[in-house]
Amino acid sequence: MSSETQKILTTDGIPLEVSLKKAERRNKIKAFLLVAPLLLFLIITYVFPIGDMLMRSVDDKMVTEMLPKTFKAMEKWDGKELPEEEVFEAFYLDFRQLVDEKREGKLSTQLNYTKNGFKSIIKKLRRKSKNFEEGNYKEQIMAVHKRWADVEYWKAIKRRAPAYTSQKYLKGMDMFKNENGEIVSVSEDRRIHRILWLRTLEIAFFVTLFCFLMAYPIAHLLATLPMKYSNLLMICVLLPFWTSLLVRTASWMILLQQQGVVNDFFVGIGLVADDARPEMMYNKTGTYVAMTQILLPFMVLPLYSVMKTISPSLMRAGKSLGGTPIVAFWKVYFPLTIPGIGAGCLLCFILAIGYYITPALVGGASGTLISNQIAFHMKSTLDWSFASAMGLMLLAGVLAIYWVYNKLVGIDNIKLG
Amino acid sequence: MALPKHTELHYRIWHYFYLTICGLVFFFLIAPLFVIFPLSFNAEEFLSFSDGMKSLDPDAFSLRWYKDMVYGTKNPWGLAAKNSFIIAIFATIGSVLLGTVAALGLSSRHMPYKGIIMAVLISPMIVPLIISGVAIFFFMAKAGLAATHTGIVLAHIILGTPFVVITVTATLSGFDHSVTRAAASLGSNPVNTFMKITLPLILPGVISGGLFAFVTSFDEVVVVLFLAGLENTTIPIQMWTGLREQLSPTILAVATCLIILSTLILVTAELLRRRSERLRGINR
Repeated sequence: MSSETQKILTTDGIPLEVSLKKAERRNKIKAFLLVAPLLLFLIITYVFPIGDMLMRSVDDKMVTEMLPKTFKAMEKWDGKELPEEEVFEAFYLDFRQLVDEKREGKLSTQLNYTKNGFKSIIKKLRRKSKNFEEGNYKEQIMAVHKRWADVEYWKAIKRRAPAYTSQKYLKGMDMFKNENGEIVSVSEDRRIHRILWLRTLEIAFFVTLFCFLMAYPIAHLLATLPMKYSNLLMICVLLPFWTSLLVRTASWMILLQQQGVVNDFFVGIGLVADDARPEMMYNKTGTYVAMTQILLPFMVLPLYSVMKTISPSLMRAGKSLGGTPIVAFWKVYFPLTIPGIGAGCLLCFILAIGYYITPALVGGASGTLISNQIAFHMKSTLDWSFASAMGLMLLAGVLAIYWVYNKLVGIDNIKLG
Repeated sequence: MALPKHTELHYRIWHYFYLTICGLVFFFLIAPLFVIFPLSFNAEEFLSFSDGMKSLDPDAFSLRWYKDMVYGTKNPWGLAAKNSFIIAIFATIGSVLLGTVAALGLSSRHMPYKGIIMAVLISPMIVPLIISGVAIFFFMAKAGLAATHTGIVLAHIILGTPFVVITVTATLSGFDHSVTRAAASLGSNPVNTFMKITLPLILPGVISGGLFAFVTSFDEVVVVLFLAGLENTTIPIQMWTGLREQLSPTILAVATCLIILSTLILVTAELLRRRSERLRGINR
């Protein structure tokens, strides 16, 4: 029979293969259409705005758009000696345009960021340029102020030609580009951001460590106790988990105040004198204590769910084969809990590294993190492009941690609840 | 955990040491919440236990701060509570609708690009809140939705959907698809099948996802701080302002109410989890 060469047909007379493919495609589209509303919603309201942050953080079009003719003329300038007449003429034309639109003040602020000393000479130029005669603008502009005859100031203008800048990112690392375009660090007493990055890492690391050390024993206890006891104790973990973050922070503020409950207790048992109550809040101690308690459930729950699946007979087998309890624990039990440890630590560390509310309330000046700096620039200095740059640096850090974790442990090994 | 009689002494000591450590950690977790209760009934304006409270003098306790919370002049809590509930309810409805439908698509084995789409859908949960706050603020400012209820509801839908997607996909992973095929073979249309067959079975997952979304919205402060105007103040915003400016016992009264609310939510969530496990035939 030639059935192998003959195609199998459906009742409609269409080849089965084609019909199946069509059905498959229809199913794909159907599944995708279900996801589409949420996906579209998130792309518009969330993914694009993060892209917008990226644009804002590198955007430097302001000066580029204010001096279009100047930058065009400067393209031919080698940037060593004073530029030619045509650059001066272009600059004069751009500048008159700005004065007509009353935007020369913005230009002076922007240029002053690049090099100090522009403010006064631009003011002077505005006054004098009204009476400029046609032609030979180089002479006339240079006559306004001696700084206009200084090549350094023209170099500074040229540095603002590109529409994009890495300046905000460098600032976030306490660095900047100097006159020669080299990237250098700011002087040591002004390196505030590096301190913040390091402190954020340090606090996130230690909070994760403390959480791990505290969560491991209680997760083990919860996983090995009979159900009726463990359910009761589980409430101690779940109630804080479901309670408002601000409520928990408030309770720590009450506990840790100088006239607070913990200090009262210390004085009561005679540990410290009444007039020497230690400062436990508005510093790093406050941040550590409060964040550890707040993040502890996020460590306990993944550990518990992994430990729950480990059969107690494995430990018994380890012991019966001659291992001491310690050896049996270290060689048998502990390796089996590693996926839980990984998930818990990842969760804690990532939550801690972006923490904002608790450090802002109990951290004082020495216990605040990078998030607080971002919020500060969003709300107080209104330097949104700098806030965006810092936010994206933080985001890059978080994604890097995921990537490393995925390489080391595998994201599939995560177990949550 | 009683130890067998033959246990050696050093192991016995170690065991009790371990139990003590566990006890201390549990105390550390739960005690801070219980400090708030008695102090919220303080008759005085201090945030520590007065001598009268220590000796359980009835005069040292009062409902003064609760009265202030409800009737206090120029008091923001009423408006804040109203806003919080309205925003949380709408955000929950939005998150549950979008999240459940998306989870249905994601659990289909025909879904293309599952990994990358899942990563996008749960990204608001992974990205630090402060960054989400900045990004969402930029969007809402451009869309003219800053300082409106709509803007805050949309922001909370963004933050709440990952929880719904995760819980519903988890419920659907144990879902027996032959029941929907059976319904279809009996002539039911897809919508009818979903309402009559699928939804009742995944309902516990949907509700617990909704609870997560509700709590996320109700407790959210970072994004709201960027978005809210005076009219949109919420309970977390008021608590934040109160904690920053002056710790007043009224905040403790509010906090007590919030703890009671979270206890209710915890009980509901636990009951749902157990019911869901029973329905899915998982016995632990």
